[in-house]
Amino acid sequence: MLRDITIGQHFPGNSLVHRFDPRLKILLTILYIVLLFAAANPLGLALSIAWLAVLYKMAKIPVRMIVKSLKPIVPIILFTCVLNLFFVTGQGEPLVQVWVLRIYAEGVRYAILMAVRVITLIAGTSLLTYTTSPIVLTDAIERLLAPFNKIHMPVHELAMMMTIALRFIPTLVEETDKIMNAQKARGAMLDSGTLKERMHAMIPILIPLFISAFRRADELAMAMECRCYHGGEGRTRLKVLKYTKQDAISCMVCMAVFAAIFATRFFVPGL
Amino acid sequence: MSETMLTAQDIHFRYDPEQPGFALDGVSLEVKKGEFVAVLGANGCGKSTLAKHFNAILLPETGTVLVEKMDTKNEENLLAIRQKVGMVFQNPDNQIVATVVEEDVAFALENLGVDPKEIRTRIDDAMQMAGIYKHRHKGPHKLSGGQKQRVAIAGVIAMRPDCLVLDESTAMLDPRGRESVMKTIRRLNHEYGITVIAITHYMEEAAQADRVLVMNKGHIVMEGTPREVFSQTEKVRSLRLDVPQAAVLRDELCKAGLPMPEGIIDVEECAQAIYNLLK
Repeated sequence: MLRDITIGQHFPGNSLVHRFDPRLKILLTILYIVLLFAAANPLGLALSIAWLAVLYKMAKIPVRMIVKSLKPIVPIILFTCVLNLFFVTGQGEPLVQVWVLRIYAEGVRYAILMAVRVITLIAGTSLLTYTTSPIVLTDAIERLLAPFNKIHMPVHELAMMMTIALRFIPTLVEETDKIMNAQKARGAMLDSGTLKERMHAMIPILIPLFISAFRRADELAMAMECRCYHGGEGRTRLKVLKYTKQDAISCMVCMAVFAAIFATRFFVPGL
Repeated sequence: MSETMLTAQDIHFRYDPEQPGFALDGVSLEVKKGEFVAVLGANGCGKSTLAKHFNAILLPETGTVLVEKMDTKNEENLLAIRQKVGMVFQNPDNQIVATVVEEDVAFALENLGVDPKEIRTRIDDAMQMAGIYKHRHKGPHKLSGGQKQRVAIAGVIAMRPDCLVLDESTAMLDPRGRESVMKTIRRLNHEYGITVIAITHYMEEAAQADRVLVMNKGHIVMEGTPREVFSQTEKVRSLRLDVPQAAVLRDELCKAGLPMPEGIIDVEECAQAIYNLLK
């Protein structure tokens, strides 16, 4: 059951979206999020969704993947919807009035726009992780944060930690599986009992897991030292990220669309 | 061939300076370029500790270790020494850093600041030498133990070291993985002239070496060609070590009064000797 966990949710492909420079991809995703807030009017949102749909289509990512990424946040969406529905007060008569709760037309509008915005936001950021492998993503983050090195932020170390964490996820998942089986063989009840009992049953799994992780870390550190690791200073990379002409064109197209979406802010009233 | 790769002069080392016991208690040895040396010994005899002295992971308390005349105690030599003496450990899972095979092989070169183009050619060479070239785009967790260990070896030989130290590198592998790793190591030794120091529990591996060292309680107690060492079956046994099966058989046959020749350590030879006797 533990083997099913996928981290990063990368959906390999060779489309224009996949090949787009990861640094620009990250920056444009951030810009897109900002845009969703800056142009939060019906027309702006509709255009944002349309553009996202085009990108998803280009990347050939099936719709069920989007649905999958939205599932975990359904409670959050419902919660914000309900809050907006009841707490936004508009002018004029309320649409419905039950006890002290009043629902105004304004509230309904607000709730719908909010829900659409959150959904678009998640779908937009998911596109980034679907089309970029974790290792490329880490690399891009390291490059983007490089200027912060000047203010003594350990950028290289952070990126290294992320890489190692990604590398060890499958190893540790496998190890957890083994320990669980070993404890089950000794009669541990992992899948039954009350919540409290089950949490108690996790302790004999977590302790060996942690100890082994520390031991692994120790050995890994030594192996890294043996391979001349001495921090990020003077390091080169096997794969060098390069801006291509194609990247520039894609970036410009994207920016133009973003500008159009942003412009809707001045014509259509937003939230 | 007669150039010296490594020299250890009377090295003493203990993990806890407050305890009187030494993990290495006066070890001296010399390893020539291109040599294949196997180090044997029961658990806790200090063989891994010795291995870690060869690339300055550990520094001796007294005595000196020289790698091609560079003292391991000299901080300035550190990177040069580690680049010359590569080390492969027991558990392949704990040595692989990156999530893709070729990225991992490139790790050492990235650390050394080699030019990206040069890295490309060197890792391709290294992966071909270790026989894992066709797996270069895979994630390490998708490989078998033997393949993973060969990735670790490729990651080390990409640095183009002169010497490879293997700290029980085959101990966690199944017989097939072990065979594939040993084959790779033998090829590196023969074809590319890389000096190999293999710490091992397997007598069959040690029997392939040019020279065997047996350690006990922080000392080197036996030294010589595999033939010289393993024909002293009684002594090897008393050090809590196994003897290759062929040597055991030869001893038993001698005891039973058959005139078996001296110094038989591998199966082929033993079979030939018995065949000659039966004729």
